[in-house]
Amino acid sequence: MALIEVDKISKTYTLGDVEVNALRGVSLTIGKGEFVSIMGASGSGKSTFMNILGCLDKPTGGRYLLDGVDISGLDRDELAEIRNGKIGFVFQGFNLLPRTQAIENVELPMFYKGVPAAKRTERARAALSMVGLEDRAKHYPNQLSGGQQQRVAIARALVNEAPIILADEPTGNLDTKTSVEIMDLFRHLNAENGITIILVTHEPDIAEWSRRTIRFMDGQLMSDEERTERHG
Amino acid sequence: MVNVPWTAKLALRALKANKMRTLLTMLGIIIGVAAVIAMLAVGTGATRKITEQISTMGSNLLIVLPGSTTSGGIRMGAGTQPTLTAGDAQAISTEAPAVDAVAPVLSGTAQVVYGHQNWSTGIVGTTPAMLTVRDWPLAEGRGFTRADVRNATKVCLLGQTVVDNLFGDEDPVGKDIRIQNLPFTVIGVLAVKGQSVMGQDQDDTIMIPLTTAQTKLFGTAFPGMIRIMLVKAKSTGELDNAQTQITDILRQRHHIGPKQDDDFTVRNLTQIMKTAEQSTKIMTLLLGAIASVSLLVGGIGIMNIMLVSITERTREIGIRMAIGAKTWDIRFQFLMEAFIMSMIGGIGGIIIGMSGSAVLSRIAGWPAVVSPFSIFLAFGFSGAVGIFFGFYPAYKASLLNPIDALRYE
Ligand SMILES: Nc1ncnc2c1ncn2[C@@H]1O[C@H](COP(=O)(O)OP(=O)(O)O)[C@@H](O)[C@H]1O
Ligand SMILES: [Mg+2]
Repeated sequence: MALIEVDKISKTYTLGDVEVNALRGVSLTIGKGEFVSIMGASGSGKSTFMNILGCLDKPTGGRYLLDGVDISGLDRDELAEIRNGKIGFVFQGFNLLPRTQAIENVELPMFYKGVPAAKRTERARAALSMVGLEDRAKHYPNQLSGGQQQRVAIARALVNEAPIILADEPTGNLDTKTSVEIMDLFRHLNAENGITIILVTHEPDIAEWSRRTIRFMDGQLMSDEERTERHG
Repeated sequence: MVNVPWTAKLALRALKANKMRTLLTMLGIIIGVAAVIAMLAVGTGATRKITEQISTMGSNLLIVLPGSTTSGGIRMGAGTQPTLTAGDAQAISTEAPAVDAVAPVLSGTAQVVYGHQNWSTGIVGTTPAMLTVRDWPLAEGRGFTRADVRNATKVCLLGQTVVDNLFGDEDPVGKDIRIQNLPFTVIGVLAVKGQSVMGQDQDDTIMIPLTTAQTKLFGTAFPGMIRIMLVKAKSTGELDNAQTQITDILRQRHHIGPKQDDDFTVRNLTQIMKTAEQSTKIMTLLLGAIASVSLLVGGIGIMNIMLVSITERTREIGIRMAIGAKTWDIRFQFLMEAFIMSMIGGIGGIIIGMSGSAVLSRIAGWPAVVSPFSIFLAFGFSGAVGIFFGFYPAYKASLLNPIDALRYE
């Protein structure tokens, strides 16, 4: 059984009289442990697709099965539970809570899961050291560089042992050198921890790191290619 | 599953991030609670004082004053005409079935001397019935008897204030004092009563037999004349009957025709005082109610700020939702902020209200009583205000669409 199974999903936004078809019948499956990049022109529906995969938004048509569960039948709190336990988000703008220490940001998903205090600290430290930031635990977001903030965000995505990481242009705000570091971290998490990674990018260099590239155009799948040779 | 200490910590941090705003918002609650506390304290103090004074006055008390309230069409003050006699008092006590006891009074002020000490005080000429009428026990010695009244003996009962000023620590019973140069033997000391409703020291007094006052101290134009009488009815229910019976007896004794006005006035003191007590209580409630309006305004201030805060923090809410916060996680977080603001405001208000009522009581000259009940009330109220006015903003926040919240600029 595929981890993610999307069947003819569509998303239509209605703005007054105007209807915007952000997605029009996208079907694909993604298996456990895959490393997928999504490319496409701006406005082609990449983010809309990611938000649906991440259970932040519901499709207006079609079916989305996550781990065999049909998402359309779930209520707000059930979706929140899925986002909390099964999905780790990494955003272009990092989206850390301001005035909140790195370690507290990492602990946040565990609070919502109800992890006991002792375990929380231990796991947050482990996650921070996995992204190489164990010595920045007490720093506030505004005391960290962009790359470091994105690492904290990745640590937050990892901490509840979510099997999937969704990253919407995670390197969009970073310079090339830092981008490479972040991509290396993703590859490591994919190869060593078996985490399924789906990331949006419009830089071919970044897409090179993945083993499968999906292209969107006008809300539809244009191509879906496996890469045989590994980046190196 | 909500983590309360963590949510409280989170809320405190959010409140600290905007200190000035938090303080100003709390100020609404502080003022509201302080006003409620102070108003209730001052009002309760006033009621309690009146209640205490009523109990020292004696129960089921009527007062009969000479003179009519109207005389020949002109309204006159009661007590302006010398029309009451000891005989009237005697008649009422024997003929009015609703009456328990009657104490006639002829009073004046006199200089009192003991050894080198002297003191000016009110002298009350009366009968042994006075102690019954006023519910006034003796602290020491004995009261004077009917024989003392019949024989106009020169004995006296001292109030505690007089004892303190003339005798200090010495035991006064059995000693001789001089009242306007006449020797009187102290036979007893009255128990302490404290202040009267009018604010007079009721213990600054000396009681002597009525006849002694009439013949030896305050010589009067009419023999047997008295100034007023105090009448004790048999029970509260008999007060009205007693009043009618006294009126009938006095009209008959004073030969007042059916068309003529009374030449005396009967007042129901107990009822007057009870009315005063009642209106003070109502006043207290009214003041409290007015003050609680400001608490309400404070609550609206909290709601307003919470709505602003939620708009400002839409993105934060989106982030929390994206990583798994459920409806009640968000709701509880903002409710906690509103609750903490109103509770801290409530505590501040209680402190300020208590010190404020201490100041007010000094100005007003009566005790301010901050009852545990009013503190409990203020606490409960401010908590309830926080939850009530915090709920709508928290509810609104919890129902945001996660993706819209995340994208909010
Ligand atoms: N909340 C929204 N309301 C209306 N239209 C939207 C909304 N979000 C996205 N769209 C539209 O849907 C289309 C796809 O957007 P998006 O998924 O963000 O594209 P991409 O991420 O590939 O740039 C665009 O035309 C965009 O204008
Ligand atoms: Mg996008």
